Amino acid sequence: MTTRRFWVFLEQELGHVHPVSWELLGVARVLASQVAEEAAAAGDEVVVEGVLLGHQVRAIAEMAIGYGADRVYLMDDPVLEHYRNCPFYMGIEAIATKYEPEVFLIGATTLGRDLAGAIATSLGTGLTADCTKLEMGDVKGASQKLLLATRPAFGGNIMATIVCRRHRPQMSSVRPRVFPAPAYDPEARGEIVEESLDVTEEGARACILEFIHAKEDTVDIEYSDVIVSGGRGLGGPDGFALIKELADAMGGVVGSSRPCVDAGWISYAHQVGQSGKTVRPKVYVAAGISGALQHKVGMQNSDFIIAINNDPNAPIFEVADVGIIGDLYEVIPAMIKEIKARKEAQA
Amino acid sequence: MFHALVAIKQVPDTTNIRIDPVTGNLVREGVPAIMNPYDAHALAAAVEWKRKLNGRVTVVSMGPNSFITTIREAIELGADRGILVSDRKFAGADTLATSYVLAEVIRAIHEQDPLDLIFFGKQAIDGDTAQVGPGVAVRLDMPIVTYAVAIRAVDLDDATVVVERKTERWTEVVETPLPALLTCEKDIAEIPFAPLPDLIRSLRYEPEVWTMDGPITFDTEMIGVRGSPTIVYQMGTPPLPEPGEKISAREEGIEAALAFTFKKAQEAGVLQTMIGGAQ
Ligand SMILES: Cc1cc2nc3c(=O)[nH]c(=O)nc-3n(C[C@H](O)[C@H](O)[C@H](O)COP(=O)(O)OP(=O)(O)OC[C@H]3O[C@@H](n4cnc5c(N)ncnc54)[C@H](O)[C@@H]3O)c2cc1C
Ligand SMILES: Nc1ncnc2c1ncn2[C@@H]1O[C@H](COP(=O)(O)O)[C@@H](O)[C@H]1O
Repeated sequence: MTTRRFWVFLEQELGHVHPVSWELLGVARVLASQVAEEAAAAGDEVVVEGVLLGHQVRAIAEMAIGYGADRVYLMDDPVLEHYRNCPFYMGIEAIATKYEPEVFLIGATTLGRDLAGAIATSLGTGLTADCTKLEMGDVKGASQKLLLATRPAFGGNIMATIVCRRHRPQMSSVRPRVFPAPAYDPEARGEIVEESLDVTEEGARACILEFIHAKEDTVDIEYSDVIVSGGRGLGGPDGFALIKELADAMGGVVGSSRPCVDAGWISYAHQVGQSGKTVRPKVYVAAGISGALQHKVGMQNSDFIIAINNDPNAPIFEVADVGIIGDLYEVIPAMIKEIKARKEAQA
Repeated sequence: MFHALVAIKQVPDTTNIRIDPVTGNLVREGVPAIMNPYDAHALAAAVEWKRKLNGRVTVVSMGPNSFITTIREAIELGADRGILVSDRKFAGADTLATSYVLAEVIRAIHEQDPLDLIFFGKQAIDGDTAQVGPGVAVRLDMPIVTYAVAIRAVDLDDATVVVERKTERWTEVVETPLPALLTCEKDIAEIPFAPLPDLIRSLRYEPEVWTMDGPITFDTEMIGVRGSPTIVYQMGTPPLPEPGEKISAREEGIEAALAFTFKKAQEAGVLQTMIGGAQ
């Protein structure tokens, strides 16, 4: 009997978990279930496991079990208090060499990308960046199901499915919000296995002298329930005042398409899409956005999409639940008024 | 003397990529090839420090012969030496095989003429993987600072560098021993206008071309398709989502359009969220 391990890197900084960790536990569980039958026939065991590095972060390991990890490998060491490339990749390399996971998923955050390329190289295996779809599937010539990792290529115009035939683990990075977070189960039971780090402070080869917290605009659009995005159809930077007014009325945040960011109408933190953020709010409003592929890939998983565009053939209408054909400068003020009226009626 | 190396890649200008609406294929004709923008900024930073510390800059690129134009462009921007690593056997390399070749070349250069700083772009805009830089750092067993936005100080006597790196949460000021590898954001340096002597030199510059035949040797198991664990299994166009319902505010009136929108929102269970989240 062998154990087929589906691994997730649990990302945290200063004890704050990045929610992508839970999203990936959810995907890992789905992938594990896709090989359940094959594994049962072969008498193999299939497990979902988390890998957690940090200092005094045991509580996160416990939470991970609630989000679906059967087991968490915990490396708790003062050297790991702040993320640094060397001790993190070396620590993970050691655990991975010991347990030989089959699949290893890492969030495509700044931290996760810094780490994933280093781990894949140190383990000598393949890594597919920014996957938007993951599946365990049959591949000709392979004795077991392999990870089919699909990602956009050529500026998002084509989807490429990548496989890693012989090398293990099969690694993928996935952006936050591409997959939904699983439900938390307080009854779930699992195991925490402590591992020790074999890297000293000198071995970390980097010393963080200072943290500078940005004073500028640090909007976190990724995890907002409501996003109102404006595009080139706004006609100029002032249009974002109207977008902001609608976002405020709805209790949401402002998003943008890329040309508005490139033109300096609004900061990059607001950009939705392939080269910006992936979002999946409950409500997404796209105003004056044509709906280019690179924009759609970043927002099409939203629960409810309202598009406002004066071109009846705009591709954004293909993904919208409701498409309003009209001038955004007429529709949005009326919408704000309507929302305010409904709010008042409720109060 | 300060010695920096910059890894530069030539990429299609993805802002100009089109798909043939009939065949669904990529239209390559007329798509200009450019120096990967992040690499251009990384090069600008290397040249800036070369001028401050009175040193030299070497650039390396792996790819077909057409990449020579990009190496010449690097000379124009202030690089002193350019090496094109080119062999048909390197073709089909994924990021693991690419990082192997680049690391072997950088190691050889470092042995001839020790390097202080190695610059990479944050990512190449054709694949957006951001994997090659960290891979090369691991292979060379060098410390890496990714997402570098500013170099505060380079101290050749102490062999340290202080770099600002920007993450999603904050900016970190990191001190790391030299030699070190940086992957750079565009903020790292502005691309300067080429001084005339560099411009003239670049026109006639012939980069060194390194191949499987020398001057260094590569393990054939580690390069090209054989050295690449990942393969492209399938290509397709993204699936079309189910179209939603449209209403024309012009024909039916704004009021009707909004009433329709709110009704749909209610059916989808998001009406409360839409009017400000109050439950
Ligand atoms: C590699 C790559 C990465 C990219 N990444 C991203 C990304 O992350 N995010 C992104 O958004 N784009 C990205 N793009 C760009 C993308 O291809 C499109 O160019 C972009 O999304 C178009 O933005 P837009 O819809 O705002 O502008 P346009 O395409 O110009 O559309 C403007 C729309 O506004 C409508 N309009 C005009 N006036 C009004 C009015 N008064 N009322 C209502 N509607 C009006 C028009 O009918 C039109 O449909 C990327 C491209 C590439 C090649
Ligand atoms: N073929 C190549 N030749 C030289 N440098 C490269 C090559 N491929 C990638 N790089 C470097 O690695 C960085 C990251 O590339 P990538 O991992 O492909 O996103 C680029 O910005 C370049 O600095």
